[in-house]
Amino acid sequence: MDCTDPSILSGFNWMLCYLTTGKHMALYVSVGTVLLLLSITAPVALAFGFGGASAARSRFLPLSWLGKGYIAIVRGVPDIAFFLFFVIALDQAFEWLRHQVKCPDWDEPIRQGNDFVVCAAAKLPLGTSPQWMHETYGFFLAVLTFSIVFGAFAANVLYGAMKAVPRAQIETAEAYGMSRRQTFWRILVPQMWVYALPGLSNLWMVLIKATPLLFLLGIEDIVYWARELGGAKTARFTDYPHGDWRMWYFLALLIFYLSFTKVSEVVLDRIMARLTKGQATAAGEAQRKAAV
Amino acid sequence: MSCWETIADYGLRSIGYGERLLPREGFTLCQQFTLIGSGLLWNIYFGVLALASGFMLATAVAMGKASRNPVVRKISDWFIFIFRGSPLFIQFFFAYFLFLSLKQVSPFFDMFTSAWLGALIVLFLNTAAYSGEIFYGALQSIPKGDIEAADAYGLTGWSRFKRITWPTMLRLAWPAYTNEAIFLFHSTTLVFFSGFPAWQQRGDALYYANYFADKTFNPFVPYPILAGYFILLTLVIIGLFGIMNRRLNRHLPENRRSKIKPRMNLIR
Repeated sequence: MDCTDPSILSGFNWMLCYLTTGKHMALYVSVGTVLLLLSITAPVALAFGFGGASAARSRFLPLSWLGKGYIAIVRGVPDIAFFLFFVIALDQAFEWLRHQVKCPDWDEPIRQGNDFVVCAAAKLPLGTSPQWMHETYGFFLAVLTFSIVFGAFAANVLYGAMKAVPRAQIETAEAYGMSRRQTFWRILVPQMWVYALPGLSNLWMVLIKATPLLFLLGIEDIVYWARELGGAKTARFTDYPHGDWRMWYFLALLIFYLSFTKVSEVVLDRIMARLTKGQATAAGEAQRKAAV
Repeated sequence: MSCWETIADYGLRSIGYGERLLPREGFTLCQQFTLIGSGLLWNIYFGVLALASGFMLATAVAMGKASRNPVVRKISDWFIFIFRGSPLFIQFFFAYFLFLSLKQVSPFFDMFTSAWLGALIVLFLNTAAYSGEIFYGALQSIPKGDIEAADAYGLTGWSRFKRITWPTMLRLAWPAYTNEAIFLFHSTTLVFFSGFPAWQQRGDALYYANYFADKTFNPFVPYPILAGYFILLTLVIIGLFGIMNRRLNRHLPENRRSKIKPRMNLIR
């Protein structure tokens, strides 16, 4: 279709051209950003959680404290405070580390009044690097922040799941002469998922619903573009003048999230049914009876 | 300037009393404690009112979801799904812009665009949906014997609901409802980050913490202060809900009472 002169278009064609402008493409790309964030954060957070839960179970006390501390520290405080905190804190931590390595002979203090000053070589990303580097770095910080916070939640869930595996299973493994490590990897880990899944699926839903907070971390995400594109535009600034449409953009986001949640629910239910198969739980037993 | 003066100047700054200008340089610890604490008043305001009003609607929604009337059931289902299935952050944004658009139609909606009412309505509906689901779950797990005993005593309709169903539902739901309350207080921090303007820089605790972090470029002071305040607030909530929990469970033998296990903090 020809979108070169929108002023002569009307109705459906106008809408079609309007929804495919460059900035709308950026909006659609930012939906991809959200999905990318989810697809990186979920496994990384799970790994953090697994690490945290294993550490909390450790017989080596300091390690156990570390794991339990990690789980406990993210509770009790509004998570959004963590998001706002970690993004600056991580950024400063990285720059400080690089500063220590790259500029050992720097003698001025790093905190000067209200400023945080590191040498030019330690800046992240370097002042000379292109725009996309800055954006990628920002996104990387966001992923790390999400992973740390959700890792703690996941650690909590996995820790509970590890404790929920029937004691008899562990004892049987020990009776077979398995070492502690073997028991952990061959008996405990494969069996814990069915206990962890309800908690993890809840966490997944929460993670989906946390993605709009990317906006607060300074990422140009869907919330950013919805505000940007929805605002009233006069003919002086755009070929597609319109009133304040932000309400409709956010309605679209609302529907996007609702459908995403619905799809996840259906998929997670299937995974649960799959994992329950052959397990010594009430649901597993019900499945067995239904199949007979 | 002594700390008492700072408290006098900024202690009620978030609701518009005292010094108009926020501190701009030479930030002291006292200023940060005072202003963030002053912002906490908003969190408490939103939390308490939303919880109190949401409680009524939540009971209605739970009853609706358990109702035999398919229309009522569907409406409750959808209400719960919409508010639990979408991010609160987006709900705030949507509500704010919805109220802005309505304002064009009628000046009546003017006050809805300010946080004290607009955000409160969103929080009220949101917590009603979450608590409604909790209450529904509790309603489903009321022991059959209790209802049968009520029938045997000839209790029906409203009196059965008032004397048996509702108290038992509350008792079963209370530990989960405590967590929901904690949750709700935490999510009040989203209000001033989601479209609703902080008029004359009257914001909540996170708003001021963020202000200090931005100005000093040092997140390691204001956010831990905020965290401290919220941990205190959480303990107060647990304490108050614990008193209620004891009351709800007072007819039961010690070992059958349900304990509150605080499980906090998942974003909604």
